[in-house]
Order: sequence, then C-alpha cells, then structure tokens
Amino acid sequence: MSRETSLVTADWVLQNLNDPKVAIIEVDEDTTLYAQGHIENAITFHWREDLQDGLIRDLISKEKFEALLSKNGISNDTTVVLYGGNNNWFATYAFWYFKVYGHSDVRLLDGGRKRWELDARPFVTEVPTRVATRYVAKERDNTIRAYRDEVIAAIGTKNIVDVRSPAEFSGELAAPAHLPQEGGQIKGHIPTAKNIPWSKAANEDGTFKSDAELKEIYQSAGVDLGKDTIAYCRIGERSAFSWFVLHELLGVNNVKNYDGSWTEYGSLVGVPVAVGA
Amino acid sequence: MRTCGATPGGPSLDGVNLSTQTVIQGVILKAGTDDSVPNGVAVTNGHVRLLDSTGEFTAEVPTNLEGQFRFFAAPGSWTLVVQAPGARVEQKVLATQGSPTDLVIHI
Repeated sequence: MSRETSLVTADWVLQNLNDPKVAIIEVDEDTTLYAQGHIENAITFHWREDLQDGLIRDLISKEKFEALLSKNGISNDTTVVLYGGNNNWFATYAFWYFKVYGHSDVRLLDGGRKRWELDARPFVTEVPTRVATRYVAKERDNTIRAYRDEVIAAIGTKNIVDVRSPAEFSGELAAPAHLPQEGGQIKGHIPTAKNIPWSKAANEDGTFKSDAELKEIYQSAGVDLGKDTIAYCRIGERSAFSWFVLHELLGVNNVKNYDGSWTEYGSLVGVPVAVGA
Repeated sequence: MRTCGATPGGPSLDGVNLSTQTVIQGVILKAGTDDSVPNGVAVTNGHVRLLDSTGEFTAEVPTNLEGQFRFFAAPGSWTLVVQAPGARVEQKVLATQGSPTDLVIHI
C-alpha cells in the first residue's frame, strides 16, 4: 500500500503493455469511449454490466467474478492495471473491487484517460484477445467495505467523509452535474460527515496530488486519521477514489468505502439527515 | 454564433425535461490556424470541467465526436474550464432553469 505499489505512470504502461503477465483494463460507466479508442492491449469492463449483480444491488458473486476474470485471461498472479475516464472514478472503484476479492497486484494509471489524452498519447481500436485462465478469488474482504448499519452507528463516533461536490453535500444537487438531476431519494448528507470532495485530491489533469498535499487536505478538514474512517458519495465510485487516496497512497488501514452511499442512505426510512454546508 | 441544425452548440435537447433541468451545454471548436488543424473543427479530445461559484469542482465530461458537452447544473453562476492537448480556456456562465445555456467555445 503505497504510491510505488499502487500507481503507475503512462510511461510504465507503454513499457509493459505487451507483457502477458500485465492486464490493462479500461473501466467506466460508458464503454463507448473504449470503442472509439483505448490504450493498446487494454480490455474493458463496464461498471454496471460487468461489475454489478443486476438482480440484487451488490457486487457480483465470487463465482461470477472468477468467471469474469478467467474469461478475460487474468490469473491470480497477473498485474492488473486499471484506468478510465471520469477522472478514474470507476477505475478506482474497480481497484477497490479487486481488493475486496483479494487480488494481490492491482495498480492504477495516474491521471487515467484524461492525462493520456491531454498528453496526446496514442489510442488504438483493436480489441486484444487474452487466453482464458482459471481465476480463484478470495472471500470478500469486508474490512474495506462499509454497510449501512455500520454507517448509522458511525454518526458522531467515527470519521464519515462525504466526498461529493459541495452542492450535493448541501442538498442543492441530487447527482453529479453531468447527470440528470433525478432520483426518488431525498437530498442532503449524513450528519457529522465532513465534506472533503474527491476532487481536492486530484490535480486539474486528473493525476493525484503529492502525499504531503493529500495529508494536509484531511488534516486541515479536522479528520483524525487515527480513527476509523468511512467514505461515501452517491454510488460508491468517487468514494472509492478517496478510499484509494487514504488506503493506498497514504497507507491508512482503517478506511472503508460505503458503496451503498447516498443512493442507499438517502432512501432509508427514519435515518437522520443534514442539509446545508 | 451558431453552427448548424436545430441545436446550436450542444447536443440535441430531445428527451430532456427543460422545465425541471438547468442545462449548460455547448460545442468546443478549434480556433486559429497556427497548426495543421483548420479553424472551426470540432475538438473531440477535449475535457470540460464545471466549477461552482466558489471555484469548486462540480463535474467534468469529455467532448463527444461532435466536440459537444452537456451539464445538468443548478441555477446560478458557474465556470467552465476547457482542456485539450496544448489548450486551456476558462469561461464564466450563468445558468437558469427552463432555458438552456448553449455555448460555442473556441480554443
């Protein structure tokens, strides 16, 4: 868990993209961009179609995850490199997901698609074929995943970090502003949560800020990282980004991603809600 | 400044409920002829960032194959930051519910 083991540069990707022990995966909510162009030898996972159960609201089962990785030629000792658009939101979600199922060597391309494009690096349209494997996942690691009852119990006792934009935190917006503002749930945030938008951790080109800058963001917001921390957003992808910052870059162990996030919490009957800044 | 068709600037508003949504959208076009890319060509590898009135990040989208982008915001003042290889442009916009803000931005 450090910048050296969890993050790779574009140059590293270019040097290793033909290595059969490396699997590059573009992950996003919309894989049409992948079809238009992607990093050479990258395959793609769709955040919803590949990684959500579909029938119940949950991650896919261990058996389905094993089948997904086996079909895509990923072994237990493969170095998995994730990247995507949306400032790597869904790629960091997939990073967290791979860690939930115990994959040992997962890395994230710093800056994702955006930095790659701003640097005018090449994309291809060819879809690679990878030889199928027999992947064996571990049981889910719930030390990095928070569920709703734990979140309710954390109000006023643990660090709760709301990583959405200030407008979503205050209740002005119901969703990120590139999505229609709809959904049945109420607006607002979990009481006692601190609003530390995911974007504070990223430079304008989508790369991560330095470790010293990242620590300062949490310290100046009054978050005691010696205490347990739960991060949430709307659907758990931006909070996976902040989980990545805390757990992987800063090496803070006691951090969980609440992937139910506001779409779950904001629909619960009778739980406390706060509005305003 | 209008480009072509029924929807100047941003993508078609068909299917968007303008009575409830506060839309900021537009198209990013190449300005100048200082390189081999002609003036007015759609910028398809751009990223458009929406900042709130305090300068805080609110959302970001890549431009589509026509160089277009769209946000669903709230009424008020916002700043757009357009980034593409070798270019960065900021533009302030005022958004209102019911009447989409439709822009043509040259970079």
